[in-house]
Amino acid sequence: MTACLAYDRVGKRFPGVVALDDVSFSVGAGEVRALMGENGAGKSTLLKILAGEYRPDSGGLRIDGVPLAFASPRESQAAGIAIIHQELHLAPDLTVTENLLLGRMPSRGGFVDRTAARREAEAILARLGETIDPDARVRTLPIGKRQMIEIGKALARDARIIAFDEPTSSLSATETRTLMRIIADLRRDGRAILYVSHRMEEVFEISDSVTVLRDGRHAGDFPDMPALSQDRLITAMAGRTIADIYAYRDRPRGDVALRIAGLLGPGLRRPIDLEVHEGEILGFFGLVGAGRSELFKLLYGAVPVTAGTVAIGGIPLPPGDPRRAIAAGLALCPEDRKDEAIIPLAGVAENIALARRNIAGRPLVDDRAEARQAGALIDLMRVKTASAATAIATLSGGNQQKAIIARWLAADARILLMDEPTRGIDVGARSEIYAHMYRLAEEGRTILFASSDMPEVMGVADRIVVMREGTVAGIVPRAETTSDTLLRLALPDAGRRPVDL
Amino acid sequence: MRASASLLRSLGPLVLLLVVFAALGLLVPDFLGLRNMRGLVLSVTLVGTIATTMMLVLALREVDLSVGSVTALSGVLTAVVIGQTGSVALGILAGLVAGALVGLLNGWVVAVLKVNSLIVTLATMEIVRGLAFLVSGGEAVSIPAERFYVLGSGTLFGINYPIWIMLAAFIGFGILLNRTVFGRNVLAIGGNPEAARLAGVPVRRVRIGVFVVQGAVAALAGIVLAARITSGQPNTSQGLELAVISACVLGGVSLSGGVATIAGVVIGVFIMGAAQNALNLLDVPTFYQYVVRGGILLAAVIFDRLRQSGSLRGASLLHFLRPAAQQQDPSVS
Repeated sequence: MTACLAYDRVGKRFPGVVALDDVSFSVGAGEVRALMGENGAGKSTLLKILAGEYRPDSGGLRIDGVPLAFASPRESQAAGIAIIHQELHLAPDLTVTENLLLGRMPSRGGFVDRTAARREAEAILARLGETIDPDARVRTLPIGKRQMIEIGKALARDARIIAFDEPTSSLSATETRTLMRIIADLRRDGRAILYVSHRMEEVFEISDSVTVLRDGRHAGDFPDMPALSQDRLITAMAGRTIADIYAYRDRPRGDVALRIAGLLGPGLRRPIDLEVHEGEILGFFGLVGAGRSELFKLLYGAVPVTAGTVAIGGIPLPPGDPRRAIAAGLALCPEDRKDEAIIPLAGVAENIALARRNIAGRPLVDDRAEARQAGALIDLMRVKTASAATAIATLSGGNQQKAIIARWLAADARILLMDEPTRGIDVGARSEIYAHMYRLAEEGRTILFASSDMPEVMGVADRIVVMREGTVAGIVPRAETTSDTLLRLALPDAGRRPVDL
Repeated sequence: MRASASLLRSLGPLVLLLVVFAALGLLVPDFLGLRNMRGLVLSVTLVGTIATTMMLVLALREVDLSVGSVTALSGVLTAVVIGQTGSVALGILAGLVAGALVGLLNGWVVAVLKVNSLIVTLATMEIVRGLAFLVSGGEAVSIPAERFYVLGSGTLFGINYPIWIMLAAFIGFGILLNRTVFGRNVLAIGGNPEAARLAGVPVRRVRIGVFVVQGAVAALAGIVLAARITSGQPNTSQGLELAVISACVLGGVSLSGGVATIAGVVIGVFIMGAAQNALNLLDVPTFYQYVVRGGILLAAVIFDRLRQSGSLRGASLLHFLRPAAQQQDPSVS
């Protein structure tokens, strides 16, 4: 079989870094090849070369055996390549139809042929198995649907080579199922598919073979996908054996740190009552849209509360004001780090100091004291950064997350609300984040974390609150947790009563 | 390596300014003379003073187009109040309060009602200009108090008061931006408003505060201007807002917020002033001066755009003087 897409001894260097060093592998027609590796392993650079955004310094691409070099993304697209990025490239104020057919709207006599456009859009949506209104503005759609539209764009262009870059990071479980089905269809169609993901389950489910990158080098090809063990894959990625990335540690609990009574607000359908203790790590599991992020934002005062009370250490927290929540010891590590957590151009130390400075109540900034504290926290959290003044946006996701946790340690937060704390973060950095969570809990802090990754919730939490459609569907202690229980509680199934609490 | 790069980075703007001055000194006769230098510094006081607070507004990811109109209103109002009460202090107070109130209105609509500041201040620019004409009856208002003129023409240690006021604004707002929680919050909000809010920054209060300060400083500049020209002119300073924004952008203040330095602004102000001054010395007709001023603004905005699309790091056109030492590590993504 002729390989459809081949990377042939590709090398790419940037000032001071070798991003790719002599990497060769190929993806055949009708093959799904997973590309794995920790952040910084070179996956993005490989995709950018395919997309025509970078040109390799040595080696190159071959498509159907023909050597090709793309000078621009246009040339890459013309060669039948589609890249589905993790970050979406959609026009939020245009309709679904207009986005799907962007740049190739059917026209008649210079005017848009709306009927034909709609027909085409509906066909694509049907193929995606999506019931999205083709006339809806993309802005009004949840993020998972937007991702599906991004995938639809690739289908609309009838690309022969499709690369997915972490496509499921914003998809719900159902949407992920649909995506898996679509990828299987594309494979049957004889397309070559490159699939970049951190999620082991998906990779095992969908891919025929895996190529692992480590530090810009080819670290192994695994053509024997179904037979492969996860441990071998992780070892190849990390270059070391990770026995158990969760490495759960139990610890004593203290008094009630947080008491929620009858809390109700946007995104919640029934009042929520909950007690969380000092030293406890409470996991929140549920599908996308189950109300976990909404609950965290309510607790934190980021959105107005409709009813109910929140008490921290027995003292009622005035609602609707993050500043008071922070002063009372609450902290939020949002799911969307880029839009809600980091000040991108500001330095790491500046990002760390921000919250403390705003609750300290002094008008002047004490640069020296802040630098000292930030430096100590960068060391403690092992944030990998060139310097404390380096813009935080240039750090990897894991290091950004560690810096955001450091921000809250600087502000001496007692209760941390962590929404998808390891989203988009590689295996090595994830286990570091878990270790930090245990350490914080051992210091008597309380952690509430939301995750859609079931092994993660089961591996890290002491108790798990399962949410479903804006309600608490059940609370499961660690000892009684099975994936079966969690899924049963999380799936919206009509006719089943919520578990009595 | 890193130390020398950062040294060059901090000195870069100064080097550029010196190059501009040296070039103009060579090309334009009399440019570097003491008399001309004094005139040049005096000529930038209006733009320079207001640029210090425009820097804060731009750093916040907002813009304020109403400053030219505020300058006119405060000058006229001060002239009218002095004329009617005979009190210079009352007149100055009235001008300052009027400016602060316009700022409060701008800030409130922007921060609380969440309306785009470009539109809000475009509206108040018209409204306030109209008020200036209404207060003055459409004509220049002479000021019957010679001691008020001192504010424009008096000197301390041989340096004119308007220059002292500009220097005070440079130093004061430089400290505000770099050393106070308020100033750092301005940069944080401009960098990412939602992240700043969730990190405990009082976003609304900071936004309103910046617009109020901007209004008051524009009013102060208008009062000083009235003292210099010994009357309140309702049609003065049209287009001033663009000169102020140009100076800021030229000094590396990002139009997309979060990036600003007072040193850059000072240099932007003086580059603009030097260009204007040189054109005057060379007897270039006014019409060409518009073209040059517009050209400088266009160049500044294009550079702002280039540095955004080029990279994540804060940079300015001044950074062309700096080696590309801190290339982003592409493997960390």
